[in-house]
Amino acid sequence: MEWPGLFNYWIVIFLMMAGLYVVMARANLIKKMVGLSIFQASVFIFYLTMGKVAGGTAPIVIPGNPVYSNPLPHVLILTAIVVGVATLAMGLAIIVRINEAYGTIEEDEIDQQEHDS
Amino acid sequence: MVLTVLLIIRLHNLFAVVMLSGIYSLLAATFFVVVDGVDVAFTEAAVGAGISTVLMLGALSVTTQREKAAAKSTLVPLAVVVVTGAALVYGTLDMPNYGDPEAPIHKHVAPRYIEDSLKETSVPNMVTAVLASYRGYDTLGEVTVIFTAGIGVILLLVRVGGRRRREDEDAA
Repeated sequence: MEWPGLFNYWIVIFLMMAGLYVVMARANLIKKMVGLSIFQASVFIFYLTMGKVAGGTAPIVIPGNPVYSNPLPHVLILTAIVVGVATLAMGLAIIVRINEAYGTIEEDEIDQQEHDS
Repeated sequence: MVLTVLLIIRLHNLFAVVMLSGIYSLLAATFFVVVDGVDVAFTEAAVGAGISTVLMLGALSVTTQREKAAAKSTLVPLAVVVVTGAALVYGTLDMPNYGDPEAPIHKHVAPRYIEDSLKETSVPNMVTAVLASYRGYDTLGEVTVIFTAGIGVILLLVRVGGRRRREDEDAA
């Protein structure tokens, strides 16, 4: 198997799992959002890795007969990035509301307050 | 990128974490340039590294700067992550190699876009042609999502501001 072979996919998996770990292991809500963004960006990297053709160029028509990389993943990810920001804004707004209501953005403290009341 | 992510996991200063996530987005954008996704790269640099960071800083400014040390056990998440990761690595063993022009993804609709999009839409940039022309409805749906999210954010935050104003009035 010649370099880089499947190496890109393994990096993607590492980043993805790191994001998942942050979401699960950290109680801070903003840190969880950062974890979600890491996860999301790793999926973007995965898609674009699949779209690459060896020796290819960016999918913009140029004279001659070049090899183009696959434009379809680019389109899908372009949409996904923008939607990702929309959901991030939504999540942060909810976090701000939670902070107003509970005075904390730590998940376990919110849990505690819920149990006490 | 791996280093940035490890730092994000370790650090407890949320300001540093948000800055690192911006750096992470920027590194992702440079990677996108390497794999020929130039449109994606500048969107990621502007939106992922720019707007996301600003949004997170805004959220930090009204909440808190510091994360409290994790009290709960990290063993269960770690186990879940390792098992899932191992399963995914096993899954990649069947994947085509990086840059393989014979990969199934390059065989179906992509050749048509590459060969006919200039004739059919007279837009030289294929990504734009597909985004705005062939998949125009996708983009319409995307705009709907952003619109909904915008309304949601405004509703959530206006209530915060409104209540604060009422409390101020009560106090006065």
